[in-house]
Amino acid sequence: MLSIKNLHASIEGTPILRGINLEVKAGEVHAIMGPNGSGKSTLASVLAGREEYEVTEGEVTFKGKDLLDLAPEDRAREGVFLAFQYPVEIPGVSSTNFLRTAVNQVREYRGLEALDAVKFLSLMKEKMKLVEIDQKLLSRALNEGFSGGEKKRNEIFQMAMLEPSLSILDETDSGLDIDALRIVSNGVNQLKSADNATIVVTHYQRLLDYIVPDYVHVLYKGRIVKSGTKELALELEEKGYDWIKEEVDSAATV
Amino acid sequence: MSKDNQILEEFTSKEYEHGWSVNYEVDEAPIGLNEEIIKWISAKKEEPTWLLEWRLKAFRTWQEMQEPDWANVTYPKVDFQKLRYYSAPKQQKKAKSLEEVDPELLAIYERLGISMNEQKRLQGIAVDAVLDSVSVATTFKGTLAKLGIIFCSFSEAVKEHPELVKKYLGSVVPMTDNYYAALNSAVFSDGSFCYIPKGVRCPMELSTYFRINAANTGQFERTLIVAEDDAYVSYLEGCTAPQRDENQLHAAVVEIYAATNAEVKYSTVQNWFPGDKEGKGGIYNFVTKRGICAGDNSKISWTQVETGSAVTWKYPSCILKGDNSIGEFYSVAVTNNYQQADTGTKMIHIGKNTKSRIVSKGISAGKSQNSYRGQVQVMKRASNARNFSQCDSLLMGDRCGAHTFPYIDINNPTAKVEHEATTSKIGEDQIFYCNQRGIATEDAVALIVNGYAKEVLNQLPMEFAVEAQKLLALTLEGSVG
Repeated sequence: MLSIKNLHASIEGTPILRGINLEVKAGEVHAIMGPNGSGKSTLASVLAGREEYEVTEGEVTFKGKDLLDLAPEDRAREGVFLAFQYPVEIPGVSSTNFLRTAVNQVREYRGLEALDAVKFLSLMKEKMKLVEIDQKLLSRALNEGFSGGEKKRNEIFQMAMLEPSLSILDETDSGLDIDALRIVSNGVNQLKSADNATIVVTHYQRLLDYIVPDYVHVLYKGRIVKSGTKELALELEEKGYDWIKEEVDSAATV
Repeated sequence: MSKDNQILEEFTSKEYEHGWSVNYEVDEAPIGLNEEIIKWISAKKEEPTWLLEWRLKAFRTWQEMQEPDWANVTYPKVDFQKLRYYSAPKQQKKAKSLEEVDPELLAIYERLGISMNEQKRLQGIAVDAVLDSVSVATTFKGTLAKLGIIFCSFSEAVKEHPELVKKYLGSVVPMTDNYYAALNSAVFSDGSFCYIPKGVRCPMELSTYFRINAANTGQFERTLIVAEDDAYVSYLEGCTAPQRDENQLHAAVVEIYAATNAEVKYSTVQNWFPGDKEGKGGIYNFVTKRGICAGDNSKISWTQVETGSAVTWKYPSCILKGDNSIGEFYSVAVTNNYQQADTGTKMIHIGKNTKSRIVSKGISAGKSQNSYRGQVQVMKRASNARNFSQCDSLLMGDRCGAHTFPYIDINNPTAKVEHEATTSKIGEDQIFYCNQRGIATEDAVALIVNGYAKEVLNQLPMEFAVEAQKLLALTLEGSVG
């Protein structure tokens, strides 16, 4: 589904990603871990098409298409979803109105008819259960005055509504208490299918107790330096990142 | 160039939609301004002597006055001798009913999306259509007459209801009030007159649609709304003009009189031609709008969505004379390209327990300048006066300007006056967030801008609110991409 080959990206001339290689197939869950500043969020942003980042080398194909060639909205319409680490507030625009615009633009791109108000609301009702989100929250202005947990829950709710084929969760666990974490993870797990894939970007192993990855990759200095299964995450939890840093740094000096 | 700026660059390039003009036979005054012209206009309209004298007095005062220069706008001075002060489509005879109005004139309004056909119109809106200097048609007159409501062109009111016109004309905006009001008093040609008798709630929205068609012609309309005790009316005003290279002058006066317990709601969606992308042409919109809450417990509410005009100079105001009276001002002013707007309100608290509320939302894009100018004045005997003002500015790009000039003058220690102001930018983050959900950038901007202006748009009657939303999106289309 997603194939990243030798991806290099920089921001304002500073290289952040220095040759990422990653293959993600339908039905898989990949976790990307790594110390602060290793490039985890940058990778998520580059895949979603944030323009501050300049791709200097490499290629990314998504369902056979050159992803880097697509505008951010077209990537979304093709089925790439990014759950933001810091969702923005849009004053005066209700979540409902926002989502209806989004869902219908995505549908239009895919050649589907726009949903009328009734159909849209019943779809919303169905998806609301997944993340135990309150309708009252959805009639409020998007993310305005939402707590950290409410914002993250709303991200997963949007994901449920848009039914992406590739979901990238950027530090979705940050700022969540244990109950919110459970609710959010439940939502993600229920949305999982043989046809879609998930990339979980996280600093801590905690989230991976709930969303169990098939593969774990460690990102350091803009490269994937170690890949493994979920046991790797446990090892990292126990030993921290220093042993990996040492391994990589000493290899570099040899 | 950052993404923000690129976005804005493209977003500011939408053409004006109502830029067409139509040829029809006209009846017009010679170019220039002097007492003879004023007599010519007055004679053309078969006016009584008192009105001619009123005009001449205004003209003489105007000649002594200086064009104001305190507003935060710059434009080449208007040469008042190069303008035409009266231009009317030629009609064989004065139309008595809609059926007799020249279909070509009605077609102009159809093209603007304003159906003058009573059957076709959505229920609940009566329209008076003003083309250049005269009112061409008024709908639903019969229905309103049954309730004792008078809704007609100003000229007709002068003929049919001279006692009312004489009583209220200039009672809220004196002929000598300011430079443009004096000019308007001297040369005004037509406009709408509306009278709601005691105890009557007007069952439909009353609306005037102004269209300037003729070139080099100033439009000077005059609107007078009187709501007697316990009366209620909601009034709408819309404006468009063709695209021309020269600047055209629009200097209107609106007066509102609200008696005891009366309520008047006045909404404007102003979309005069704003000039092209290089700032060429466009309407100079120098307007005086004022209402007086003369009776106790009366209320006047102004709502305006200002998207057009090259230069706007406009301060719809409330004189809160009656005890417990309420004044409100809700405004969205959008400027793009080289547009300049200096707009706001005045709330003059005279009566006891008077309240005013000001919500102003400025949106600046392109190289435009957008100023809010507001005055809150609490007089000595206005005990327990309350005012709340909120002035927000939204900037799109880094070449436009937003300015706030609040004036507060309190002469009573019991007054409570609050002023809040914010300035924000449409963020790259907000647009990217929308993009990531599959929303195209133009739609994202429309969504964000409408969200920002929501508090004001909510004040508009339903049908108008939808139009206004589209207009906001259209005005800013191309400034983000």
